[in-house]
Amino acid sequence: MASTETTTVKDGGSVEAGLDALETTVTGRPTFRQTFVNKIFPPIVALAVVMVVWLILTPIVDDPSKLPSPGAVGTEFKNAWLAGDLLGYIWTSVSRGLLGFFFALLIGTPLGLLVARVKFVRAAIGPILSGLQSLPSVAWVPPAVIWLGLNNSMMYAVILLGAVPSIANGLVSGVDQVPPLFLRAGRTMGATGVKGIWHVTLPAALPGYVAGLKQGWAFSWRSLMAAEIIAQFPDLGVGLGQLLENGRTNSDMAMVFEAIVLILFVGIAIDLLIFSPLERWVLRSRGLLVKS
Amino acid sequence: MATTLAKETTESVEHAARLEHVSKSFATPGGQQLVLDDITIDVAPGEFVTLLGASGCGKSTLLNLVAGLDRPTTGSITTDGRPALMFQEHALFPWLTAGKNIELALKLRGVPKDERRGRTEELLELVRLPGAYGKRVHELSGGMRQRVAMARALAQESRILLMDEPFAALDAITRDVLHDELTRIWGETGLSVLFVTHNVREAVRLAQRVILLSSRPGRIAREWTVDIPQPRRIEDAPVAELSLEITDVLRGEIRRHGQH
Repeated sequence: MASTETTTVKDGGSVEAGLDALETTVTGRPTFRQTFVNKIFPPIVALAVVMVVWLILTPIVDDPSKLPSPGAVGTEFKNAWLAGDLLGYIWTSVSRGLLGFFFALLIGTPLGLLVARVKFVRAAIGPILSGLQSLPSVAWVPPAVIWLGLNNSMMYAVILLGAVPSIANGLVSGVDQVPPLFLRAGRTMGATGVKGIWHVTLPAALPGYVAGLKQGWAFSWRSLMAAEIIAQFPDLGVGLGQLLENGRTNSDMAMVFEAIVLILFVGIAIDLLIFSPLERWVLRSRGLLVKS
Repeated sequence: MATTLAKETTESVEHAARLEHVSKSFATPGGQQLVLDDITIDVAPGEFVTLLGASGCGKSTLLNLVAGLDRPTTGSITTDGRPALMFQEHALFPWLTAGKNIELALKLRGVPKDERRGRTEELLELVRLPGAYGKRVHELSGGMRQRVAMARALAQESRILLMDEPFAALDAITRDVLHDELTRIWGETGLSVLFVTHNVREAVRLAQRVILLSSRPGRIAREWTVDIPQPRRIEDAPVAELSLEITDVLRGEIRRHGQH
C-alpha cells in the first residue's frame, strides 16, 4: 500500500512536469533584422516617397512663396542651427509642453480617481469631462488670453484644459474596465479600501491610464502650438508655434515648412521616446501585446 | 455566561466552517427570488467536502457567502478565520509575476518583507512549480496558472479553502493531474476544503463527503460519505459506482424541473 502511494505521487510530479513542458511555448524577442524589416524600413520608404514627390512638384509649382524646394527648407534648418537658435526653438516649446503636461498629470489623476470612484462626482462632472475631450483646445486660447494675459500662465492654462480631460477620462475608463473577478480576488486576500485601490484597482487600470496619458500628451502639444501661434509676445521667447507664425508674417514659406516639420518631429519623438515604450511595456508585461 | 463562552470556544475549534439555516434571496424585477433555502452544513477541521449540483443550485452564491463577499438573508455563517477562495478562472493579477502574486497575499496578511520570498519559494515547491517565481501569468499554461492560484490561496494560511469549480476550465488530462495534486496538498497541509463542482466523478474522486444540492432554490437534497481510501483515481471502480448512484439521484432532481 505504502509503495503504491509513493509511486502515485512520484508519477504525478513527473506527469506534471511533462504537461508543463508541453504547454509552455517559448516566445523570443524579435531580432534586429526583423525589427528593421518590419518596423524601421517601411517609414524610411514612405519618407523617401514624400521627398521624391516634393522634388518633382517644386519645379512644376515654380513659386518658392507657395512651395519652397527641399534645399531651401534645408538651408533654413542649417541657418537656424548655425545661429544657435534651432535647439532654443525646440526647447522653448518642449519645456513648456512637458511642464504643462506634468501639471495636467497632477490634476488629471486625482480627478479621474474621484470621478471613477465617487458616484455623485461621476454623475455631476463625468459627462462634462468626456464632452470637453471633443472641444478643440484652440477654443480656450481667446478666453485664456483675456483672463490671464499674454504670458506663460496662459500657455499652461490652455495645455491643462486640453490634457486634463484626456488623462482623467483614461483613468476612469481604465478603472471601469477592471474585471470584477480581480476585485473579488483582492477582497478575499484582504485588499479592501485604500489597500484595494493601491494593490488591485490602480495596477489593473494602468493600461487605460497610459492610453489616457498618451492622448493627453497629443492634446497638450496641439493646444500649446495653437496658443503659441495666437499669442505673440516678445517676452515669451520663440517657440515652434511662434516660429510658424513668424514665417507667415514674413511670407517666408521655407520657415513655415521648417516650423511644421519641427512640430511634427517633436510630437512624434516624444511619443516614440516616452509614451509608446511605456504603453508597450505595460501591455507586454501583461501578455496583451501578442503577435497575431 | 461562562458556559456560553466555553461553548463558543469549543465550537470554533470543532468547525472550520458552520452554516446554520442559511437562506439567500435576491431582488429581481419579478420580486424576491429565493436562491438558497435553509442550508445547514458543518465542515470539520481537515475535512474535504464537495458541494454538487446542477445549474441554478446556488453553489457559487453559497461560496460567496462563506467567503464573506456577501451576506445571507437569514441564518448565520461562522468560519475559523477568513477563508481563502479559488475561482474557476485563475484570477491571478497579470501585472505581477507568479511569485509576486503569491507575495502580495503574504503582504496583505502582514508577513514581514524578508520572510516573503522564502515562503513564496516554499509554496511554489508545494505546487511543484519551482522556478516559476519570475514567470509572467501569460507565460504559464492553464494548469500552471491554477497551481499558482492554489499557492496564492495557500499563502493566506486560512484554515479553510473554498474552491469554486477550480478545474472546470482545464482539459481532462490536466484536471486529472491536478486532482492528484489537490489530494496530496490537502493531505500535507491538513486544510479544510469546501469544493464546489457540477462534475459528479470529480466530487467523488476528491471528497470525504459529497453534498448534493437541488436547484431553484438550492436545498440540501442528499449527502454521501465517501470512504474510499485516498489516493483514488477517477477511473477506480468504487468511484464509478458511487458516481452512478449520485448521478441517478441528481438526474431525479433535475427531472422534477421539467415536469411543470
